[in-house]
Amino acid sequence: MKHKTFFWFILPTFLAMFVFIFLPIISTVLQSIHTPHDKILITTENCDPFGCKKVTTLDHDAINKLKRNEPLGKFVGLEIYFDRGHLAIKNVNKLWQNNDSISQFLTSLYDLPFYKALFFTLTFTFTVTPIMLILGFLIALAVNNINQKLRGMVIFFSLLPMIVTPLIGSIILFWMIDSRGIIGTLIQWMFNDPFLSLKASTLLTWIMLIVYGVWHAIPFSFIVFYAGLQTVPKDQIESARIDGASKFQEIIYITLPHLIPLITFVTLIQLMDNFRVFEPIVGFNAEAHATSLSWIIFNDLGGETRQLSSAASSSILTILGISILLLPILIRTWKDFYFKK
Amino acid sequence: MSNKPIFFIIILILAAGGIYFFSKDQINVALKSDVDGKCNIEARVSIIGNEFPAIQTIGKGVKNCVGAVVKTNLTADHQKINVAGMSSEPAEYTSAIVANTSIIPLLNNDLIRPLDNLVKSYGNKLKTKQLITINGKVMAVAFMANAQHLIYRKDILEKLNLSTPKTYEEMLLAAKKIREAGLSNYPIGGAYKAGWNLAQEFNNMFIGYGGKHFKENTAEPNVNSDAGINALNMMKSLSEFMNPDFLTHDSNTTTAEFRAGNVIMMNMWGSRVATLTNAEGVTDEIKNGTDISGPLTVGGGTIPASTLFWDGWTIAKNINDKEAEATFKAMIHAIDPLIIKDENVKNEAVWLIDGYTPTNTARGVFSAVEMKTKPYPMLPYIGLMHSAIGAELADFMQNKEDAKKTLSDIEDAYRAAAKEKGFL
Repeated sequence: MKHKTFFWFILPTFLAMFVFIFLPIISTVLQSIHTPHDKILITTENCDPFGCKKVTTLDHDAINKLKRNEPLGKFVGLEIYFDRGHLAIKNVNKLWQNNDSISQFLTSLYDLPFYKALFFTLTFTFTVTPIMLILGFLIALAVNNINQKLRGMVIFFSLLPMIVTPLIGSIILFWMIDSRGIIGTLIQWMFNDPFLSLKASTLLTWIMLIVYGVWHAIPFSFIVFYAGLQTVPKDQIESARIDGASKFQEIIYITLPHLIPLITFVTLIQLMDNFRVFEPIVGFNAEAHATSLSWIIFNDLGGETRQLSSAASSSILTILGISILLLPILIRTWKDFYFKK
Repeated sequence: MSNKPIFFIIILILAAGGIYFFSKDQINVALKSDVDGKCNIEARVSIIGNEFPAIQTIGKGVKNCVGAVVKTNLTADHQKINVAGMSSEPAEYTSAIVANTSIIPLLNNDLIRPLDNLVKSYGNKLKTKQLITINGKVMAVAFMANAQHLIYRKDILEKLNLSTPKTYEEMLLAAKKIREAGLSNYPIGGAYKAGWNLAQEFNNMFIGYGGKHFKENTAEPNVNSDAGINALNMMKSLSEFMNPDFLTHDSNTTTAEFRAGNVIMMNMWGSRVATLTNAEGVTDEIKNGTDISGPLTVGGGTIPASTLFWDGWTIAKNINDKEAEATFKAMIHAIDPLIIKDENVKNEAVWLIDGYTPTNTARGVFSAVEMKTKPYPMLPYIGLMHSAIGAELADFMQNKEDAKKTLSDIEDAYRAAAKEKGFL
């Protein structure tokens, strides 16, 4: 394609990305280095149906004056990034000095909200992504080998987990694993322990979230790999068979190398998706056991307190996290492209 | 293929018939209610608020007004949208129905207007105790009171010769006996869902032990105290008699457990009593055996381990005076003393409006008021404290850390948030 044609072709997309992605990110960065002005407190007498009393309230006239002069708020630099709710530099430093062993250090690090969320987010990302890749590939192979007549129906049913909205899917599962639900009761019966509950144990909650994540993501890798399998060159497979290659060797030496670009693609998309894990935590009411970076942002924005600066900092940190995560794959893709040239 | 247009027409006819059939009743209701109350307004009215029955009644009352557009948006998520919806100029919502917790963000962001002049012109049916004044100015009009108090199964306690618990210590003893007698494995219920609910239960218990959330007249946290430790330990003891999933149970789930006969005693909102046993499938045994009483005390104290709430309405600042006037008139119409003539409406809440006499379902909240239960603290920074407690408490309830550590975590989390918001 000529450069000029390419330019006109990409312009609408580029404009949309500039307005809806680039500008909001700039605004988020700005928000994250400012906080609301210091509040000016006054003591006043307040009355309600239960009586009157002296209470501390805000002096709005004074605060509004400050706001008019500096509408962005108070400039604080990276202070929010380093406070206890985020990277907690001071606390981490103290923990590093007070704890002798690495495991002790990590346990106490887990107590800080940002690192707690990061631990779960990373665990989720690095378990769900590989399991989903492997299972998706196996299902694709299996479906590719069944009778042509059954295939359509099997593909339809395999796609169901992706069709179900994540939030709805997790709420359905949430009720099934309730200690009075069908799966919860079954587990209690199997282990003969009436106090056993999936929702009360952190480890079991994590496993449940991961299983849910895999269940929900498999259709995506399955359908991409299945499509890829249709393009595996027949003549190569035939010649391998003539040379006496086993079915297993066929997969390892022909099918897999052929699918490598697709595997990279699915990995890339899934790393991004899983790093942003959010809906299952809300659906499973799992915030007591597992939080993720996206959940922290949601929690800051929702409710009565609306900590915008805090949410902005968490968002920027999440963007950085995703960039770091994708860097190796991007570098690899770039190298492939560069050497091919 | 040629059948398609015919099918389409049939579906259209069916849909139109359906719409008429289902809206017929509503049209009639609207016509009927127009007869008994007159409310003429000249400007737009738009209400945001919670969704429980008493507020639905208010919403219906406002919709009776004629002369201009009236919109209501009653949803459990009202707190997430009212600030944004009232910040614009002009504001999307001309009034927000709030409680003493949810009015704070509106006050903090300076989004509601003083009502003194409007009260003078149109508020002759209001009682003084309904007026919420801040710094000498009326900022909201309360119409109902609410509090958490004991709801329990009288029949089960009588079966075991137990008297009604008055303290949390007695509740624990009763729970032990109920479990030993094999009547329920998890006899105690509570809205202990991690987050807002769990923090609210801590607030109750903390106040019951005489705790103060902040150092006098400052935004400095003060929960890391003996009262805090006692409150946490009591919550842990109670949780041992709760369904193991208690950290995922909110008021709705706890209510469902009570309806199913699994929960025997619970600290629950007064606003839920009227409809508690009305659900489908609740057995007569549970319907007849359910009783209510006042909030419990704890640790030998006299102040109940509960907090008083009021629900009321406010009027947006960023609207013109005509809209404010219309909204005020419409809201006054909605809480007219006439509405409690209807028995069902009367039972929906503990109304603060003129002429209300306590019903049987209101006993709990009334004894909470008589026992001098403290109102939920209406401080600009209490919301930050509430969410810090909600986020950090779960670790303690799961035995991951001790009380002292949790309380200092709460103070640290609160400090970080309060610093960001400019309170410290």
